[in-house]
Amino acid sequence: MLILKLAYKNIKGAGLRTWLNVLALSFAYAAIIFVQGMIDGMSNQMETFSINAQYGGGQYWQQEYDPYDPLTLDDAHSKVPTELQQLVDEKKALPILIRQATIYPQGRMQNALLKGIETDQNILTIPSFVLVNDDGYIPALIGKRMSKSMGINKGDYLTVRWRDAQGKFDANDVKIVEIMKTNSAEIDVGQLWIPLERMRQMTSMPDESTMIVLEKNSAFNKTVGKWQHKDLDYLLEDVRAAMAVEAAGDSLFYIVLLLLAMLAIFDTQILSLYRRRKEMGTLMALGMTRTKLIQLFTLEGSMHAILAAILAAIYSTPLFLYLASDGIGLPEATAEMGFAMGDVLYPLFSFGLIVGTIIIVLLITTIVSYIPTRKISRLKPTDALRGKLT
Amino acid sequence: MINKLIFTLIVFSTIVFSQTQSADEILKKVDANTFSDSQIGTSKMIIHGRRGSRTVEAKSWQKGTDDSFTEYLAPAREKGTKMLKLGDQLWTYTPSTDRTILISGHMLRQPVMGSDLSYEDMMEDPLLQNMYTAEIVGEDTVINRQVWVLDLKSKKDNIAYDSRKIWVDKERNIILKEDLYAKSGKLLKQVLIHEVMKASGRWVAKNITYKDMLKDGDGTEMIIEEVEFDKKIPSYILSKASLRR
Repeated sequence: MLILKLAYKNIKGAGLRTWLNVLALSFAYAAIIFVQGMIDGMSNQMETFSINAQYGGGQYWQQEYDPYDPLTLDDAHSKVPTELQQLVDEKKALPILIRQATIYPQGRMQNALLKGIETDQNILTIPSFVLVNDDGYIPALIGKRMSKSMGINKGDYLTVRWRDAQGKFDANDVKIVEIMKTNSAEIDVGQLWIPLERMRQMTSMPDESTMIVLEKNSAFNKTVGKWQHKDLDYLLEDVRAAMAVEAAGDSLFYIVLLLLAMLAIFDTQILSLYRRRKEMGTLMALGMTRTKLIQLFTLEGSMHAILAAILAAIYSTPLFLYLASDGIGLPEATAEMGFAMGDVLYPLFSFGLIVGTIIIVLLITTIVSYIPTRKISRLKPTDALRGKLT
Repeated sequence: MINKLIFTLIVFSTIVFSQTQSADEILKKVDANTFSDSQIGTSKMIIHGRRGSRTVEAKSWQKGTDDSFTEYLAPAREKGTKMLKLGDQLWTYTPSTDRTILISGHMLRQPVMGSDLSYEDMMEDPLLQNMYTAEIVGEDTVINRQVWVLDLKSKKDNIAYDSRKIWVDKERNIILKEDLYAKSGKLLKQVLIHEVMKASGRWVAKNITYKDMLKDGDGTEMIIEEVEFDKKIPSYILSKASLRR
């Protein structure tokens, strides 16, 4: 307790030097928590958006389907197995039929994916209800990225050419009934969504689909014929890998920040040892052991981290609370890059992140504070009283 | 009265029957004129794009209806590019990457050298009588030649174009115009022959325009410069090894 009081008194007495160190360290705290909160928020948002718009509670893929190999798409369709059809009938699963097509926006030829989706589904956030029509034309839904890149707008007619199940060419005009504003580029770029039943007729693929999306939090994971079950861990692997790369890149930023703060602490400790030789000698003469002296100086260093945590909490808490509730507007370029993050990023400052950061910084500060004080173990009180540091 | 009706029916059915027969006969003659055991030729393809036109020259060897080999001779950028079709498989070789690629799936839908012809158009069975039933629907004049107009309807489900309309020269049995339709009846492609020539006793289209009717532009012009029929093609040419030769 004596050491604690003495340490506090000493660093308080150091005045401006202490507060400069504390301020520098508090910036490190705030920056680490802010950046990590951004990454966690980004990761959380990307996963949430991907689940809501694309993955649901997991998917079943027709055995030939491989989203990374467009060559498989021609054969990736078959009748929905009974067990999955039962889930579809109960509205607990959503069938999607995928077929390659060629579109002709403004007379240009482009490859696209034609995707059939049920119009009354609630499993994904795709606004498929707009695909209900009774005017005879084929209604189609596209994303904002597709709309922008192809120069197609709501109400436009677009010629689409595809092949049916037997490979016969067919072509027709579709009417763009809505431009959906989606955060997920994977349901947007190069894709046209049309009513499932219409697409099954167009392609001569009755009751067939390419994949089945399960409702969120679905526990269904049985083996269903040759259809492959893909859980969220598998489906989100890419999103998580992208975030891991992002986090690794940002960790360099923390290391630089912490190095700067630790350099300041280290310098302060060295300076203290040099300037306070007589004080150390006096304390030893009064009966303080070398170990206690080391503890005192280390604690002084560590206290910078504690004070910095308090200072950082004072100025950054309102800011972080504001950011967590109102979010940070993202430039449009982020959406163009294909990250499913939305227009606003809400950083995620979890309890674990804050406590973890404090513990790590405190631990590093303590180690950095301790290293210079090892010299004390070789210190002779007589030399110290005379101002010598051997 | 009944006798008159029976007579009319007999006459009508005879006309219809004879027309169907003659439509099939026309198709057979067209195929006979088109099909040869082998074919070696050089051609020029003029691709009219949005930013101007470019010309691609090629030499090709074709054996029967299944196997063919094409080597691009010009421009310098395409020189050395080769294409080999063996049965229902198609490979391309590009010297700049020194790689042979099997063209399949969606890649077959890509235009050949940016033209209005896709790889899958090249993969089609050229014998019309194998794929379509024909019906004469009229007569017309194309490039000052008297032609039969035939409607062709696919016999099988796996034929790429559901129906076609062809304009066949009455004397020369060569198609002078062709419209290719989707299942919905939408016109997808149009082939126009501007000039014909005689080679090895056959009538051959010398100047052809292929046009993807869904796409803007003036289409792709093909000029056959030289063609020889029923010449022996060395077996090494129609092999994968020849791609890197």
